[in-house]
Amino acid sequence: MRYLPLTDEDRRAMLARIGAASVDDLFSDVPAAAWTAPEGFDALPPHATEMAVERQLSALAARNVPAGSVPCFLGAGAYRHHIPASVDHLIQRGEFLTAYTPYQPEVSQGTLQTLFEFQTQVALITGMEVANASMYDAATGVAEAAAMACRITRRKHVLVSGGVHPHYGAVTESFLRYTDIATEVLDPNPLGIEDLMGRVSEKTACVIVQNPDFFGNLADLSALAAECHALGALLVVAVAEPVSLGLVTPPGEMGADIVVGEGHAIGSPLNFGGPGVGLFASRKKFVRHMPGRLAGETVDEDGRRGWVLTLSTREQHIRREKATSNICTNSGLIALAWTIHMTLLGEAGFTKLARLNHMKAVEMVERLEQVPGLQVMTRQFFNEVLVRLPGHDAAGIVETLAERGILAGVPLSRFHPNYPELADALLLCATETTETQDIDALANALTEVLR
Amino acid sequence: MTGDMATVTGNRGLVIEEPLIFEQGSPAKCGVDLPDPADKPDRLGGLARSGAIGLPGLSEPEVVRHYTRLSQKNYAIDAGFYPLGSCTMKHNPRLNERMARLPGFADLHPFQPQATVQGALAVMHHLSDWLLGLTGMEAVALSPAAGAHGELCGMQAVRAALDARGEDHRRTVLVPDSAHGTNPATAALCGFKVRGIPGDATGRVDVAAFKAALDDTVAGVMLTNPNTCGLFERDMVELAEAVHAAGAYFYLDGANFNAIVGRVKIADLGVDAMHINLHKTFSTPHGGGGPGAGPTVLSAALAPFAPLPHVVAEGDGVRLIEHIEGDMQPFGRMKGFHGQFGVFVRALSYMMSLGRDGLRQASGDAVLNANYLMARLGDTLTASFEGPCMHEALFDDRFLKGTGVSTLDFAKAMIDEGFHPMTMYFPLVVHGAMLMEPTETESRETLDAFCDAVLALAAKARAGDAAFFTEAPRHTPRRRLDETKAARTPVLRWEPPAPARAAE
Repeated sequence: MRYLPLTDEDRRAMLARIGAASVDDLFSDVPAAAWTAPEGFDALPPHATEMAVERQLSALAARNVPAGSVPCFLGAGAYRHHIPASVDHLIQRGEFLTAYTPYQPEVSQGTLQTLFEFQTQVALITGMEVANASMYDAATGVAEAAAMACRITRRKHVLVSGGVHPHYGAVTESFLRYTDIATEVLDPNPLGIEDLMGRVSEKTACVIVQNPDFFGNLADLSALAAECHALGALLVVAVAEPVSLGLVTPPGEMGADIVVGEGHAIGSPLNFGGPGVGLFASRKKFVRHMPGRLAGETVDEDGRRGWVLTLSTREQHIRREKATSNICTNSGLIALAWTIHMTLLGEAGFTKLARLNHMKAVEMVERLEQVPGLQVMTRQFFNEVLVRLPGHDAAGIVETLAERGILAGVPLSRFHPNYPELADALLLCATETTETQDIDALANALTEVLR
Repeated sequence: MTGDMATVTGNRGLVIEEPLIFEQGSPAKCGVDLPDPADKPDRLGGLARSGAIGLPGLSEPEVVRHYTRLSQKNYAIDAGFYPLGSCTMKHNPRLNERMARLPGFADLHPFQPQATVQGALAVMHHLSDWLLGLTGMEAVALSPAAGAHGELCGMQAVRAALDARGEDHRRTVLVPDSAHGTNPATAALCGFKVRGIPGDATGRVDVAAFKAALDDTVAGVMLTNPNTCGLFERDMVELAEAVHAAGAYFYLDGANFNAIVGRVKIADLGVDAMHINLHKTFSTPHGGGGPGAGPTVLSAALAPFAPLPHVVAEGDGVRLIEHIEGDMQPFGRMKGFHGQFGVFVRALSYMMSLGRDGLRQASGDAVLNANYLMARLGDTLTASFEGPCMHEALFDDRFLKGTGVSTLDFAKAMIDEGFHPMTMYFPLVVHGAMLMEPTETESRETLDAFCDAVLALAAKARAGDAAFFTEAPRHTPRRRLDETKAARTPVLRWEPPAPARAAE
């Protein structure tokens, strides 16, 4: 077997050195009732050559429609962007790919320096003072932000806007379900008109919003931040599309206390939704309450600058039941892809990419506004909008268009099956990968099916 | 670097000093060519960003060189032996990487219509079949993102099951003193109080103390088996029976599943839930700290509470269930989208490659390699407990007594010899622990070279050459780093130097 270097002669010699008659003898502590003979696994297939595995998995892959093979307008928290070739080349260098968490800093300076650079880039684009070395994804990051806000404020009530991605809300609710924290998730808010200010009180630990929100609406959060701060609550802002930060006022400048982002859209392919990478930034004064790993600068014995994981006394593998979070292994390699892509973009590329996305979305919206029977609901947006197809089931329209080779967005009913009033609503997104002819194909197909 | 070893640049051959990206480049450079955006009025509602972000600009060749140089300052499995106990640092097959990058897997949006992603859902279903076939369990929740997250999944299912039974008096979870630190952290997050269970002289749970602690306040037990001392808990079946008789649930920490995969079905041990680290047992790369995946298998008693989404075979196809249907009682949702799909593809590729026979051979070789380390090192280093061990060998620091050399010093000297150190100071139940996990993907030649080096170092320590250890490592890109300074005055991001700030 190609992954196993021991020969039968090695095994014999090693058993002799150990003083055991067989490998099975080394398992003598396993009770007989729990031992399974090889035949006990006969339901599973035997080993296979590289060629055979490649053939079988390629056949499965061929049963899917890759998003890039057709006009694709899907967003809803997962955004398709072009990834420069060098990103995937660099993250596959074995020194990055096959290293563990950098616990031995003398032989991990490569990973640690990239994390320090990652933290700086995340802090810069979110407009925050500090950032950590990543979370699993935005959904778990929002849940950890809620718990962090409760630790800081010593309050027990978390308010989640109806404009937050339904998965972020659901994960936060699940994460805190068995703690003494109450999570209130508001009803879906497609038009961005809920009254959050009126709901914040002296008992609120934090208000969690998203910008642009799940329905594409951009909002100025400054007044909400001021109201939160006046009542001693924190404002947590989620960012599902990190490219937006190249064009839109960042949450830090609007008064956010914690910013959580989904980073996969920069540097990583869609991967059917995972793995992602959670971006997590906050104010410096809260750093000791932050979840996740942190790379910090220091010096070595010769006085040379270097990096280490620091403030790890917050973490569960050290602090056990008093830990500040549930994250241990995080998303290092996806964070690496993110930071490499961001470094390639730089100031000029990141801001241009963001403008390009917005202009593609403007083009899409202008074209869709001409489709009879379709209403664009989102007034101010980055690269995604909500449309309504009155009298039609949006999910059915999406399936019809999929049969015609167009991935025509995400119907809201996929998230909110119990809200019949949202059955005609559809999220549509454009990125730099969207061509004018794709937009034409979408508009023409919608015109036909809505007739 | 001092004296005649110093170079004028600070570089040393292949190890080249590399500044931060923020200390390089210029705002005029860019490593990506993009088309010009259309010049239409924006629809941002007055929320356009003003002012520069402060990101550096580098061209593509500069970026490639930056990260290539940084990569050369990392130790990795591809480069050498990495016997980090409890972490299962085995070879990461590149076939898995190739498979995960097929456009039919990598370029799928999570919310495409299900008819367009049947192959991806089939991958998730096949992976479930493998995990259930190997464990004998009833159901699996695929979505947990890593080990600690899988623990949370299992213990939240326990809590949900107790709530469904209306037993709100059960709020204690028993955790052995040798447990991973994540276990008590997880239990606390589920609203449970943690009670420690002592070990016995053989490095296993004290059965009498364990049974004495079981009363009607106990919600469950979290045990690692093989345990963190590298030993199989011989009395596990008896312990599980006692747990169930007391009305509680049995959580098994699956971090060490690699020792028994293809040989022991954990259902036969009486387990109610166990997470499986795909990034350990099933060879997906650690990537410098993730991403991992921690699918959690569940017994019939806990299966109804599995979090969403679920994947079920229906007719010719596979369906992803994202909302409650029928009598399912999921405790909620743990992760955005559908879990760590890219990791699932890699793990499935590995399972298909090794097959049922290869996985059995792999666990056998992993245990053989660990026992070989124990046999070769046990007379010189001090083994903490009697063997045979499972997939990792535990030593403590008694052999260093009086030498002035600590476990940490010894580890740093191993780095100079070209080996990644073992896990240190864990488990906490022995003094100055050294936990070595060789895995099955190491050759006998590698193990011998490692043992020769460790034995020579032990002799050197006992000969009184403490400085050789306390000054190590000497041959790394950096020598020992000041962790106290890093924690006392945290510098967690680059800041522009003061003159540049004044010029803004």
